[in-house]
Amino acid sequence: MSDLILKSAAELADSLAAGETTSVELTQAHLDRIAAVDGDVHAFLHIDAEGALSQAAASDARRANGDALHALDGVPIAVKDVLTTTGLPTTCGSKILEGWVPPYDATVVKKIKNAGLPILGKTNMDEFAMGSSTEHSAYGPTKNPWKLDRIPGGSGGGSAAAVAAFEAPLALGTDTGGSIRQPGAVTGTVGVKPTYGSVSRYGLVALANSLDQVGPVTRTVLDSALLHELIGGHDPLDSTSTTTPVTGLVDAARAGLTGDLKGVKVGVIKELAGEGWAPDVMAKFNESVDILTKLGADVVEVSTPSFQHAMAAYYLILPAECSSNLAKFDAMRYGLRVTPDGDPSAEDVMKASRDAGFGDEVKRRIILGTYALSSGYYDAYYGQAQKIRTLIIEDFKKAFEQVDVLVSPTSPSTAFPLGAKLDDPLAMYMQDLATIPANLAGTPGISIPAGVSDVDGLPVGVQLLAPVLEDARLYRVGAALEAAIGPVLSIDKLEVAR
Amino acid sequence: MPEITRDEVAHLADLARIDLSDAELDHLAPQLQVILESVASIQGLAGDDVPATSHPLPMTNVFREDVVVPGLTPEQALSGAPAVEDQRFSVPRILGDEQ
Amino acid sequence: MTETLVPFDEVLERYDPAFGLEVHVELNTNTKMFCGCPATFGGEPNSQVCPTCLGLPGSMPVVNAKAVESAIRIGLALNGSIAEWCRFARKNYFYPDMPKNFQTSQYDEPIVYDGYLDVEVEGETFRVDIERAHMEEDTGKTTHIGGATGRIHGADYSLVDYNRAGIPLIEIVTRPILGAGAKAPLVAKAYVAALREILLGLGVSDVRMDQGSMRCDVNLSLSPKDSDKLGTRTETKNVNSLRSVERAVRFEMSRHAGILDAGEAIFQETRHFHEDTGTTSAGRPKSDADDYRYFPEPDLVPVAPSREWVEELRASLPERTADKRARLQVEWGYSDLEMRDVWAAGALSLIEATVAEGASAQAARKWWMAELSRSANDRGVELAEVGVTPVQVAEVQKLVDTGSLTDKLARQVFEGLLAGEGTVAEIVDARGLAVVSDEGALGSAVDDAIAAQPAVAEKIRGGNQAAAGALIGAVMKATGGKADAKRVRELILEKLA
Repeated sequence: MSDLILKSAAELADSLAAGETTSVELTQAHLDRIAAVDGDVHAFLHIDAEGALSQAAASDARRANGDALHALDGVPIAVKDVLTTTGLPTTCGSKILEGWVPPYDATVVKKIKNAGLPILGKTNMDEFAMGSSTEHSAYGPTKNPWKLDRIPGGSGGGSAAAVAAFEAPLALGTDTGGSIRQPGAVTGTVGVKPTYGSVSRYGLVALANSLDQVGPVTRTVLDSALLHELIGGHDPLDSTSTTTPVTGLVDAARAGLTGDLKGVKVGVIKELAGEGWAPDVMAKFNESVDILTKLGADVVEVSTPSFQHAMAAYYLILPAECSSNLAKFDAMRYGLRVTPDGDPSAEDVMKASRDAGFGDEVKRRIILGTYALSSGYYDAYYGQAQKIRTLIIEDFKKAFEQVDVLVSPTSPSTAFPLGAKLDDPLAMYMQDLATIPANLAGTPGISIPAGVSDVDGLPVGVQLLAPVLEDARLYRVGAALEAAIGPVLSIDKLEVAR
Repeated sequence: MPEITRDEVAHLADLARIDLSDAELDHLAPQLQVILESVASIQGLAGDDVPATSHPLPMTNVFREDVVVPGLTPEQALSGAPAVEDQRFSVPRILGDEQ
Repeated sequence: MTETLVPFDEVLERYDPAFGLEVHVELNTNTKMFCGCPATFGGEPNSQVCPTCLGLPGSMPVVNAKAVESAIRIGLALNGSIAEWCRFARKNYFYPDMPKNFQTSQYDEPIVYDGYLDVEVEGETFRVDIERAHMEEDTGKTTHIGGATGRIHGADYSLVDYNRAGIPLIEIVTRPILGAGAKAPLVAKAYVAALREILLGLGVSDVRMDQGSMRCDVNLSLSPKDSDKLGTRTETKNVNSLRSVERAVRFEMSRHAGILDAGEAIFQETRHFHEDTGTTSAGRPKSDADDYRYFPEPDLVPVAPSREWVEELRASLPERTADKRARLQVEWGYSDLEMRDVWAAGALSLIEATVAEGASAQAARKWWMAELSRSANDRGVELAEVGVTPVQVAEVQKLVDTGSLTDKLARQVFEGLLAGEGTVAEIVDARGLAVVSDEGALGSAVDDAIAAQPAVAEKIRGGNQAAAGALIGAVMKATGGKADAKRVRELILEKLA
């Protein structure tokens, strides 16, 4: 096995720039690693070896001419299967889109292609990004590379597992309620949910439009900053795209690596602790808080009382939006068409196809959303949830008047066993307690590895949250914390070792 | 406590065009009841003085100039279609009226 | 159920009608409401689509600024208020012609609210209150295959073309119009006609009812005389000509009265209008499928037109119809009665365009109000859709003015135009309609006539010019009506001087 796969994206970019390696060589190294372990991990739904190698060869040709498109030109990447890609299937982990090849690229995909990053393939996910374990994928679950009988988190378990298993140095994820950060926490990787609207959603198959955001999945904070800067920026195809650029991320990450946090005010969220939070997770979290203090940060406790209602608001807003978003999957223009016996009408075919094409979790949420939007219930449910959202935004505002960043554990527990919560939706939903508020408020968040649990040896994540458009703060504090904690993930700790 | 009965689930599934089997109804209805009870906790929490937020970032007036940009070719448009005839999407007979 | 239709006059003895109109107008923007695809009519199937208007997974809408501008201009022209802040909403229902299975529309926050339009019927002015006008997108076009009639019912399957999907629509909704009584059908028609004039004047739509760029739904209910409660209404869909609007109101009044007379209740439903018979038939009952689960479109941000923009657009509005009508009447020298007829026939813009092409106001009125109105009436189409354009009318009149055609020959040219025989020049040519202006040929025809009627000729020589009529008639007969009578008279008088 080539040691190239152990390097961070930043290191690979430096090696490419120095001419020490080629994109073909390192892309092949990652494809070899995928071939070796993905049978066990199942991080990928589609692997595009041929495409990735030809993109790598083109990258090498550019480098040879001194025409590199970007620092990351030639560094391979994996893409969550919820982002449209021309020439590559996009299934969103659903049977209803089996074999669908989009005729257009998502804006973020266009950006990574334009920067010359070879695409290794599409990663597994909970169906239409609904879930926290990747077990709701119609194509079988992804396994946690640390321990194959554990979940890799969700919905972006595929992207997180691919990066954790050294199958890819970089991946794209999407985060609606924690789908980048929670998988990051339970796989020992770094995941960032950028400020809402700062990365284009065009070509992201929407789960909940007002909550979704595309973000980086990497093994280091600096790598996330590099990828985040590449995919961010205004997109005229996305009406909710901000015109204020989010900048200085890489600089912030490099500054953070010096380890000095003097003058930085950090708030520990009072409400995200206590009952329901595993002691081993809290122990690692508290260590992280101590480290922040040691690095010079001024740590205080802040209260965000409305956060306790975030989950309820989220599970009304999300099902409402997704029930409408998923209506387009009706077997008329693309996707699975199931034709019942007899002389079925279009309505019959729609119903049969949607029953056969959607999994249980998707059906649950569509029905819940249909209920929440129904006349007579709208004000009590959807309308009320949108008001809770206002209260949560106000809580954030007040908190950020006192501190620069907020901190909490990312997820209430380490990776749980596959199947443990599959038929207990509420228990599964609890996984996102800490991550959901940022989606409701549009604020950015990052999860970085805090260490491994003293109980099961599995990784624990710490989450940092910053005000809207202040993503750079996450990178400064995150990089400092990362450097002080030291490496958490290493290939030798994985069940899929060398 | 709000209730979501099996009949109501069947009705909602119909509205959402999902042909749930009896077994699925038996399985999903109680789960939905549990979820609904949990999310119903926010009912009445915020009063009339609290405005609703539909967009996390307050933005207005995002427009596009009225200029034609190239779209898909008919081949691309129809590439994923389950059935095609005469460069159109072929769909089974339609029961209801247009709205 | 057999329908008892109550004669119109009898309906009015016992009931008062209330009606309302929902008019959908397709805007003539270059591009669609939410994407950059062409909004033009008639491309190859599925050739004017993109991920957004095809509803592909991952696609997103972006609002067309021009469509918002048009909506505001329409609102101002209809004396409406322009919302300071409004949103798009999703109207959720499944239908194969709708790519996303929701229509992006506006719900409780329309861009235009509280307008009105005054319409005149037989000298009486009615104020039609406009509740709202909102922006939305059109659906795709479905062709039904198999079955006897090519209609939706009985078809084996259907084919969908999404070129039309996403074309900007403005829906203009009136409040219930009460108190029109016997004039209800005419007020309905006059409202749609007046609305069309305004939209034409704004230049925001082609407003071709025959091509579907303007579509009307007619709501109607009856309430017993002396009751102040509105009755149950029916909604008659896709009433697509001015004449049909009138007929639909009239028919539904008669039908409702029949049901109410029998002591039965009106069933709230949509109705289909049949152009051929002028009747309606039952469509979809109102049901919980109408639970559209509206909610604000999360992929779009609110529209908040600045007051500066609104005032700028207000300043750029064309002349108000009433002012324009008064001005043109003076300019054209029409009597009140002439002007009223012109207005009622929907000929104002047509005459205006004809005059702009060089014809006199009197000549333009003559052709539009006589020949062409008659033909439109006979065929049951609108004057604007009769098949002759203002340019053609002006062209024919020019030939009359220069003496190349007589009025009688001009009528034949219009016959040819209405029959689709080609351009004015082609018809004049093919039908041999040019006036005989060959002085030699005309001269010998005059000589022949003089020779044939020596007694008449003698009278003229004696100074009785009125007697020339007999000779003129003979010459006209000999030339098959293609001579210029004025010139013939001159020749006769010259020769017999």
